[in-house]
Amino acid sequence: MKNNNPYPVIDINNLQISFGNQKVLKNVSLQLFNGENLVVLGKSGSGKSVLIKCIARLLDADSGTINVFGDNVNDIDNTKLTDFRKKIGFLFQSGALYDSMTVKENLEFPLRRIRRNMSQPEMDSKILETLENVGLADALNKMPSQLSGGMRKRISLARTIVVDPQIMLYDEPTTGLDPVTSDEISALINEVQKKYKTSSIIITHDIECAKATANRIVMLQDGEIYMEGDLATFENSKDPLIKAFFK
Amino acid sequence: MHQTLKLSEKTINQTHIISNFLTDVANVCLFIVRFIKQSFTRNHEFKEFFKQCFQIGYKSLPLISVTGTIMGLVLTIQSRPVLARFGAESLLPGMVAVSLIREMGPVITGLICAGKIASSMGAELGSMKVTEQIEAMEVSSTNPMKFLVVTRVWAAVLMIPLLILYADCLGILGSWAGANLKGDVSFTLFFSQAFSHIGFIDLMPAFIKSFFFGAVIGLVGCYKGYNAGRGTESVGIAANSAVVISSLLVLIVDVIAVQITDMIGIV
Repeated sequence: MKNNNPYPVIDINNLQISFGNQKVLKNVSLQLFNGENLVVLGKSGSGKSVLIKCIARLLDADSGTINVFGDNVNDIDNTKLTDFRKKIGFLFQSGALYDSMTVKENLEFPLRRIRRNMSQPEMDSKILETLENVGLADALNKMPSQLSGGMRKRISLARTIVVDPQIMLYDEPTTGLDPVTSDEISALINEVQKKYKTSSIIITHDIECAKATANRIVMLQDGEIYMEGDLATFENSKDPLIKAFFK
Repeated sequence: MHQTLKLSEKTINQTHIISNFLTDVANVCLFIVRFIKQSFTRNHEFKEFFKQCFQIGYKSLPLISVTGTIMGLVLTIQSRPVLARFGAESLLPGMVAVSLIREMGPVITGLICAGKIASSMGAELGSMKVTEQIEAMEVSSTNPMKFLVVTRVWAAVLMIPLLILYADCLGILGSWAGANLKGDVSFTLFFSQAFSHIGFIDLMPAFIKSFFFGAVIGLVGCYKGYNAGRGTESVGIAANSAVVISSLLVLIVDVIAVQITDMIGIV
């Protein structure tokens, strides 16, 4: 029987991280529930990207705990890191497509390493299906340099979802894109949530993207959680900082 | 008072320089240890290794061909009049072959490779770092150290000695061409003269040190690229410092190799 009760897939408690003397995250605690899109808003330099990099263990926190599906991320040793990262998809701000590989090779790269028992025909059909889902099946043999900014983001998203992650971490998915393409990417994020049943953290300072994708919003300010709630709570807030974001 | 302040400022600056230097040395050592550890753990990236062998070896052939040929040609044109003055022109093929194989071939090819290969490694890995491609590899359950560094360094260790041997051969060929500019020497005579002066003792130390040239070029190129800063400017800095440091280290390795061969009497 399917369990529809929300349960936390990510549980962060008192997370702290500093770079030199600068404290980037100060006692951040938050939860991501199954199937939800949690938008983390905040100004540049407020520690949003650092937060999701700590979740993916790209950065090690100074103190605090991050539990992903019950496992403390900081306790995972290198041998189990591969299994842990199978559960997580990370869409980088720049797209981070491998310049020297074609679109097909870019998608094949994580698939070959994470789904080791997949045959080549299975892999080919999975790649094609994923590219169709992001509307770029005809870009299969193109090089990243031949793609526009929006196409690069879509291919990057395809590379992330091709391995069927359970949690998606989006780092500024609409930054640098025109409003039309931004809306398309936001729609794609919602599609991924529905189709792949993912739970997502979306880091952004694009309010339109936040409005389109958020089930819940957390506002970070100077490395601390400033406000938490649904879209209506933020839109009705009288706080000057929140109003400045939502005007 | 003012002088004391100035003095303490100077001391602080010196302490910073020393501590930065020591941190760099520690980071390099750590990088080498990680490289060695990853080289001998399972799941090798053979496809990427062969790709890098192709990039380093095959794609350097035109440059090495020109360099090798010119080395031999110029050496012959320059030394011929001196040898002719002593009536020792017949020693020309042997002299050129020995100097090319023992010293000039490895060092000049090593420096050319430092310029071409270390800079391309520094720039490529540096731009991958800036555009978050290295982090993307990590989240794709791939060890970037193994995929990017181990493959490139071992490809350099394997390919650079082969490029040096190739440059030596073309150098001798260039020397034969140089000898024929003002004379008529048959190909077989020239080569039999050249090879009669080369022994195992000439070839082996040069061949061994060329593996170290490869290691130095690969490690410096990868270290500088892998540890590049965040901005686009750091890509240029990584490429530039990779060339400067690897060229310098090629010369230092050469001096050490010459000292060792001298000490054990292979001169």
